[in-house]
Amino acid sequence: MKFVDEFRDPRLARALLERIRERARRPVRLMEFCGGHTHAILRFGIRQALPPTVEMLSGPGCPVCVTAAADLDRAIALADVPGVILASFGDMIRVPGSRESLQQAKARGADVRVVYSPLDAVRLAEQNPSRPVIFLGVGFETTAPGVAASILDARTRNVRNYYVLGLHKLTPPATRAILDSGEVNLSGVLGPGHVTTVIGTDAWGFLPREYGVPIAIAGFEPLDILRGISMLVEQIAVGEARVDNAYSRSVLPEGNRAALDVMNRVFEVADAEWRGLGVIPASGLRIRAEFAAHDAAGAFPVDVPPSRERAGCRCGDVLRGVLAPPSCPLFRKVCTPENPVGPCMVSAEGACAAYYQYGGAADEA
Amino acid sequence: MKRETILLAHGSGGRLTHDLIRDVFQRALSNPFLDDLGDAAILPPPSGRLAFTTDSYVIRPIFFPGGDIGRLAVCGTVNDLSMVGARPLYLSIGFILEEGLPFADLERIVKSVAETARDAGVQVVAGDTKVVDKGSADMVFINTAGVGLIADHVSLAPSLIRPGDAVLVSGTVGDHGIAVMAQREGLALSTSLVSDCAPLNGLAQAVLACGGVRVMRDPTRGGLATTLVELAQAGDVGLEIEESAVPVNEAVRGACELLGLDPLYVANEGKLVAIVAAEAAEAALAAMQAHPLGRNARIIGRASQAHPGRVVLKTVLGVSRVVEMLTGEQLPRIC
Repeated sequence: MKFVDEFRDPRLARALLERIRERARRPVRLMEFCGGHTHAILRFGIRQALPPTVEMLSGPGCPVCVTAAADLDRAIALADVPGVILASFGDMIRVPGSRESLQQAKARGADVRVVYSPLDAVRLAEQNPSRPVIFLGVGFETTAPGVAASILDARTRNVRNYYVLGLHKLTPPATRAILDSGEVNLSGVLGPGHVTTVIGTDAWGFLPREYGVPIAIAGFEPLDILRGISMLVEQIAVGEARVDNAYSRSVLPEGNRAALDVMNRVFEVADAEWRGLGVIPASGLRIRAEFAAHDAAGAFPVDVPPSRERAGCRCGDVLRGVLAPPSCPLFRKVCTPENPVGPCMVSAEGACAAYYQYGGAADEA
Repeated sequence: MKRETILLAHGSGGRLTHDLIRDVFQRALSNPFLDDLGDAAILPPPSGRLAFTTDSYVIRPIFFPGGDIGRLAVCGTVNDLSMVGARPLYLSIGFILEEGLPFADLERIVKSVAETARDAGVQVVAGDTKVVDKGSADMVFINTAGVGLIADHVSLAPSLIRPGDAVLVSGTVGDHGIAVMAQREGLALSTSLVSDCAPLNGLAQAVLACGGVRVMRDPTRGGLATTLVELAQAGDVGLEIEESAVPVNEAVRGACELLGLDPLYVANEGKLVAIVAAEAAEAALAAMQAHPLGRNARIIGRASQAHPGRVVLKTVLGVSRVVEMLTGEQLPRIC
């Protein structure tokens, strides 16, 4: 497999950094929407390599992190329904809900299984025909088509005991909500590479059009990210705002039609609750009535006590870009990956986990 | 009657147990100590210091590209002995079998144990088998314990690391973890994703023969990064690592990027890290590269006086950042 080392060339990286330095004479504040970007930026030391005029804020792009505590509590309640097997991506298992995590529910006897793909959950349902298997459908536009495909697969093969708790979220409305709130004054957005591979660059046109904010879609290698940042500072320097694509080897203007078709066949747009951002209109996906037979929300009504946030947890502020992880009073002291207080410290895409794992600059050692 | 699967009765201690021991285990692993079939192996007393260790092996899938749970169970214990400078001599092996395990799978695993033990030059001198109800175990669990002999002049410890010492790794990192994950997730990424699972005693002895070795470790779970942090902390010394010097197989690098993993944290089962006095570093590197398991060995960094107890990585962008231990488990990204 190729396409890795080419995008880590130190010489090209230095040239891009130089161009960024030249163009960012005045301070700019950029937000990387995606948790994958946050991790890459810290892992490769991009934050330290950037000139002091370029400030990078982490955004809400961590699917596990933005899942509302109430939704996680509901998932745990579903796992407690007698006979149910709850299948989930591994990241979700350790996230603390209002009272406990799925991992703790599992330890008390709930049947919680980690799967790597929703299709594995369909297989699990086939192997356990007498038991309902509920897949915890968390993610953005990147994961939603795969989960939609699993529902179509279950229907085609008549796997009637396969259900999905649909908690998928859409990224453009969340970006809009952050800009509407006016809490962070952004000069530009580093757009999510994988999400945009699915939805296409056209889906981001509203940012320059309605907000005058430039966006550059970027991949996850150092050169991808630096090129995206360079495109942003370039636009800002000349006072322009448009959608740039620094990830053209993967992203098309119209996105991935086949993936979008599958997603829209099974899901319809609905309001959704985001941790930290509250309920955002038309920012989530719900399973269409036609597929109600596979919708866990309808098939298993459960009572969920009102949710509550953990005392002192400021994941909500981190997800809105208002608080940098190291500035949280709990960071590294009370909240660690072993004993996470909030989801941002748990997930492989969480900003706090990225700062914990990769955030120490050598001069602070 | 043709036996096709393991039954609970195979662990009952009766006829079937005896047949299993004779036809499967003894046939594959035969040696004078084992063949006595007594309650304990009777071994001649060695002269010198003994190293003694134990480890248990649970892995899914039990067969993966480049190895299987049997090979892993021998290599793991042989490598633990080798890293303290011992020459591995004897192993014990305990099997916990899940009722319903295909007989052919067990035979394949035992054959692999025998072949790997032969490669490593160790004898399996004691064994045990239990069978548990279906669902009480995941196909097969193996425990091995091993003893080895440490030569008189060998003394290895993190406290011996001195500033200026070289950090060597014997080859590409992350091969095992990615091979297993690719198999488990059905990722047909590349045929070159093969576990590095191998007994390291030959390589370790070759490096030791160069002299100047302060400490050796095999970076298994938690990967190279976690091992380096452990060494820096235990030796209260700084380690400075050049990211671009760390060898990573191209297919592993690609798979890691696809899954959102960092190869520095991915498990190895056939690599060793050695910290060696500066003046012996080139000889140790040459000794590694001359060995079939060390062809891709590299010097990846140095010990330093600065920031004791910490590992500092110079990234490809030339920026230095602190390396932390693996926390939790590396999981593929969702987004």
